[in-house]
Amino acid sequence: MTAPRAIWQGIEPVPHQRVYFANHSSNGDFVLLWTALPSPLRRQTRPVAALDYWLTSPLRAFIGREVFNAVLIDRRPDARTQDPVAQMVAALDQGSSLILFPEGQRNSSDAPLLPFKSGLYHLAKARAGVDLVPVWIANLNRVMPKGEVIPVPLICTLTFGSPLHVEPGETKDAFLARATQALLALRAPA
Amino acid sequence: MTSPHLLWLLAGVGTILVLASVFGEILRARLSPAGQNPVIENLNARISAWWVMVICLALAFIAGKPGVVLLFALCSFAALREFLTLTTHNRADHWSLVACFFLILPLQYAFLASDWYGMYSIFIPVYAFLLLPVVSSLRGSTKDFLIRVSETQWALMICVYCASHVPALLYLQIPGFEGRNVILIAYLIFVVQLSDVMQYVWGKLIGRTKVAPSLSPSKTWEGLVGGTLTATAVGTALYWMTPFSPLEAAGMCLLITLMGFFGGLVMSAIKRDRGIKDWGHLIAGHGGFLDRLDSVIFAAPIFFHVTRWVWSTT
Repeated sequence: MTAPRAIWQGIEPVPHQRVYFANHSSNGDFVLLWTALPSPLRRQTRPVAALDYWLTSPLRAFIGREVFNAVLIDRRPDARTQDPVAQMVAALDQGSSLILFPEGQRNSSDAPLLPFKSGLYHLAKARAGVDLVPVWIANLNRVMPKGEVIPVPLICTLTFGSPLHVEPGETKDAFLARATQALLALRAPA
Repeated sequence: MTSPHLLWLLAGVGTILVLASVFGEILRARLSPAGQNPVIENLNARISAWWVMVICLALAFIAGKPGVVLLFALCSFAALREFLTLTTHNRADHWSLVACFFLILPLQYAFLASDWYGMYSIFIPVYAFLLLPVVSSLRGSTKDFLIRVSETQWALMICVYCASHVPALLYLQIPGFEGRNVILIAYLIFVVQLSDVMQYVWGKLIGRTKVAPSLSPSKTWEGLVGGTLTATAVGTALYWMTPFSPLEAAGMCLLITLMGFFGGLVMSAIKRDRGIKDWGHLIAGHGGFLDRLDSVIFAAPIFFHVTRWVWSTT
């Protein structure tokens, strides 16, 4: 209904193992990113989602686990029993690609991006060979703002940028700043 | 609903498309065998998209009034989606946007389908105009308020109100023309789109002087004069299938081709302001629904009202 349009600007949709990282403005955006992938890629791509959100009701748990085969990580450092980075690395080692929202929560502020969480960096360090692909999702926050029920059918675009890797000796902050810039650079319409 | 005249017109358009397809394939074989010439590739994409559009329109004509109304309701939906994607709005407008798509648009076409002229001719300019800003204001955000509500209203006027005047032609009652109103729609669309196509062709062949260089690089005086005159000539030659005399037909054709041209110009200005080239990507080679419909949208209400004023008894 929103006629999503994928623009493969910096990379081709080929079956390499990848971590797609995107801006997070709506609950629908991993579904949108997922549907924008060609179907052979879609089957091997798993979203990374918040356990503390998706396990709060049986319906959400079913959708998250069974429909999208999500890697569920716990955002609460004090409550979690598993290390999120280890879980993501394990999923990569099984051959899956991942969809990750490094902001860690939906962005309903006026800023284009919230500060990235460090998970992206640790993941990139742990599996240096995997392409980190920035994906800018435009308009979905307007289709379905946080807390609304009925979506407005506007056209969304997803712009896929060039892949990133951690440089040898690059610090966490430098890498996260670079990843943020790479994602923001995709905002301008192609 | 189908009349011999409509079949003639469709057969004529079919012939033009067959010729265009053959011509396009010859050009491709001669000049762009590996798809390296973007102009020819775009031309061929446009021709294939024309086939799809003409077939959809023909099917709607065969399905009669409900088919035509439904087709234009869907076109309005697609156009509105393209337009509202580019307008200014924030979270406070969510409910008014939802209302545009799921309340106002269906209601406008429902009033139309029930032939309630007094309602569908004022519903959006009066009721939607007054009530939508209320919905937005109740959410409390004042930032860019006037810009937000006026752009939303503009989107509705163009994509829903004006576009709905194409199927509205079915409900005119013209003495001696009963049961043939679908011809008016086919005639309007044919003449306006022919003018668009001929403006493109004349412009590509001999276009030198730009009409509005800051708005559109592809609109030239040569294209404008050549396109409107060609379309007017063809439209006048088809006067026998309309309620118009030859002279009246010529006047009507000139009117709607000029309105069509102005439509393209105005919509180009909006696109240019928002920094885009096309409204969308759903019609291969053409861009979006609005790129194809802009001229018809501007011509339809004028064509409807002039015809209603002069020839209709309702």
